[in-house]
Amino acid sequence: MTGAKALMEALLHEGVDTIFGYPGGAITPVFDAMYDYMDKFHYVLTRHEQGATHAAQGYARVTGRPGVCIVTSGPGATNTITGIGDALMDSTPLVVITGQVGKTLLGTDAFQEIDMVSITQPITKWSYQIRDEQEIAWAVARAFYIASSGRPGPVELDFAKNAQIAEVDFKSEKCHFIRSYFPVPEIDESILQDAAALINCSKRPLALVGHGVTIGQAEEELKAFLEKADIPAAWTMLGESAMPSDYRLNKGMLGMHGNVGPNIKTNECDLLIAIGMRFDDRVTGDLDAYARQAKVIHFDIDPSEIDKNVKTDIAILGDVKKTLPQITQLLHEAKHTEWIDSFTEYEEREKNNVIQQDLHPTDGPIKMGEVVRKVSDATKEEAILVTDVGQNQMSAIRYFRFKNKRSVVTSGGAGTMGFGIPAAIGAKIGAPDRTVCLFCGDGGFQMTVQELGTILQEDQLGVKIILLNNNYLGMVRQWQELFFGQRYSSTPMANPDFCQIAQAYGIRSAHVGRREELDAAIADMLSDDKAFLLVVECEEKGMIYPMTPAGKAVTNILLGD
Amino acid sequence: MEKKLYTITIFSENTPGLLNQITIVFTRRQINIETLSVSPSALKGIHKFTITAYCDLDTVQKVVKQIDKRVDILKAYYNVDEELVYQEIALYKLATDKVLSMGGIENLIRKYNARVLEILDNCVVLEKTGLYEETQEMFDELQSRIGVLQFIRSGRVAITRSKIERLSDMLASIEARINRQQEQQ
Ligand SMILES: Cc1ncc(C[n+]2csc(CCOP(=O)(O)OP(=O)(O)O)c2C)c(N)n1
Ligand SMILES: [Mg+2]
Repeated sequence: MTGAKALMEALLHEGVDTIFGYPGGAITPVFDAMYDYMDKFHYVLTRHEQGATHAAQGYARVTGRPGVCIVTSGPGATNTITGIGDALMDSTPLVVITGQVGKTLLGTDAFQEIDMVSITQPITKWSYQIRDEQEIAWAVARAFYIASSGRPGPVELDFAKNAQIAEVDFKSEKCHFIRSYFPVPEIDESILQDAAALINCSKRPLALVGHGVTIGQAEEELKAFLEKADIPAAWTMLGESAMPSDYRLNKGMLGMHGNVGPNIKTNECDLLIAIGMRFDDRVTGDLDAYARQAKVIHFDIDPSEIDKNVKTDIAILGDVKKTLPQITQLLHEAKHTEWIDSFTEYEEREKNNVIQQDLHPTDGPIKMGEVVRKVSDATKEEAILVTDVGQNQMSAIRYFRFKNKRSVVTSGGAGTMGFGIPAAIGAKIGAPDRTVCLFCGDGGFQMTVQELGTILQEDQLGVKIILLNNNYLGMVRQWQELFFGQRYSSTPMANPDFCQIAQAYGIRSAHVGRREELDAAIADMLSDDKAFLLVVECEEKGMIYPMTPAGKAVTNILLGD
Repeated sequence: MEKKLYTITIFSENTPGLLNQITIVFTRRQINIETLSVSPSALKGIHKFTITAYCDLDTVQKVVKQIDKRVDILKAYYNVDEELVYQEIALYKLATDKVLSMGGIENLIRKYNARVLEILDNCVVLEKTGLYEETQEMFDELQSRIGVLQFIRSGRVAITRSKIERLSDMLASIEARINRQQEQQ
């Protein structure tokens, strides 16, 4: 068979069922081979290669399996860079296959030749150029193993055209082992003892829950751990749905726009237990004023995260799915009632100063928060939340509620505007039986608006898009208001009639300008499993509070009052 | 934190693009590589990189972890000078007529423990191995007395003094890991 067909076989062997992509010269043989595999793969033609990568990310995040993209060389390949970079930062398994000119043309500045391996080395776990058809089975097996093992991430395979058309005797391979790669560090039993001792004598422990819990599918193990020692827990954006929103020990969100309680308590606890999170600066603020009083235990699968930002007293390397239950066994049952109750004061303060106005305003323009909560209620807290980036994202993350695990798809580390629409497409394809709600802003919506074409081509794929329109690049405007003397440089947006755009793609839509119309429009949106665009005119100069200004201490919280 | 010269040793698979993967980690943290030397190691198929750079302890630790994390890197670690036996080699090209007219080349060669590699009509090539300061001192003297036509110094090559042999330990642990995996299957 040809190398192109061998690639199809290798992908099937890895259990791939969905491919996102876009064709072009240097990958045409692969698309030709795919023609015979239409019954085996769900092939999704996006409208831009960036969209293909974000869709693959959405798919990967809801399924836990690598998302796969196939695109052409040159500009097709460089269009994937944003998605690849985003996937690295958010530990999302991706296998991106880019076409490449034939090997005799490599290095000659041939048409659409771009050196993708060099470009992607800093933003992938592994990049490899397949120049020889004999390497296909090996490289694909290795790519999937690397992308999905240990701390997941993106892998790039640059597939030279000569290898696509050459004949090869294909024999499938499976990769379980690479001698230079230790995806999961071995657990050190004595360290577990030390950590348990520290937890057992802690009076004011605080757990920080990150994406690692979701990636490791350790939600139950986390709960058992928290329960036994009665430890309050807060989450990073990507760790949000690892605990149900109404869980007794769930104390809310960390960081810049997080909840007041956990941020204040970070600097009052005596023990910080980080679980699969990486102390991003959006979580810690000023490191010199971060939890200086506390001992730190850090659970992570990636040794290079230990001591990177916050010095740890005890590092527990390994997969939290295994390390959490091991340590739970060593814990004494405890009660930290007084400590847990001490969060209440801050919860009340935030409720009175921020949440009440965000969720239950009685007059004035519509607030993003109330829209989010209404959609969350209307979907019975069972939907998958996808967000774009900006104020819409922060409102969505703060006010959407969750009963189910693996329910948040957002661009955390990279904060990629335009992530939303394609990621929602990928999420819906990965979880067709679930309701997928995307919240986005007028800015981000227009960054990948062409992916509405993908929704159309996928038979009005059932993503529910809620556009929180403030006619501003709102989050930047917020910074300008607070820190740049209200000089609104380049943030007001002249916007089109969004519903007409939806109409052009055959997507049902509704426009809401008044609070009274909201419930009915949401009910209408959720009345079927087809695509819908709900445009809500929101407060133009709305603010996201609480806010810890960048680089300030976590306790330096603006409430906007 | 105090900056000093660290020697970073890296063992890797011999795959294309590895040097780039390593230098990226230095570039991101704005660390200049002082010297770099790459060659096949004693073990077939494994390459050894020796890199020196000025930075603080905290940074070198992070850099080494980030290099170690790369899929094709077998092992990365760092040392300070006291833990190493190390050497550099330098070549000096001199004009033959100037060497002859200077006189006393024999003394200079003895003094620096240098060697003559080549004598031609037009040039003489000397070689000296030693520490950076030593090869530099000889360069300075030659440069000021007769001028040096060309000068080249290698990157550092280094060997640890300690009893621990990290590469062989690591290969042994890999083997143990394979065995454990096979037992599990
Ligand atoms: C690709 C990209 N470009 C620029 C930014 C910087 N940025 C962050 S939020 C934001 C404004 C987003 O505006 P909008 O999509 O309307 O959302 P809003 O904040 O108004 O809800 C911008 C420009 C970014 N995060 N990503
Ligand atoms: Mg906006």
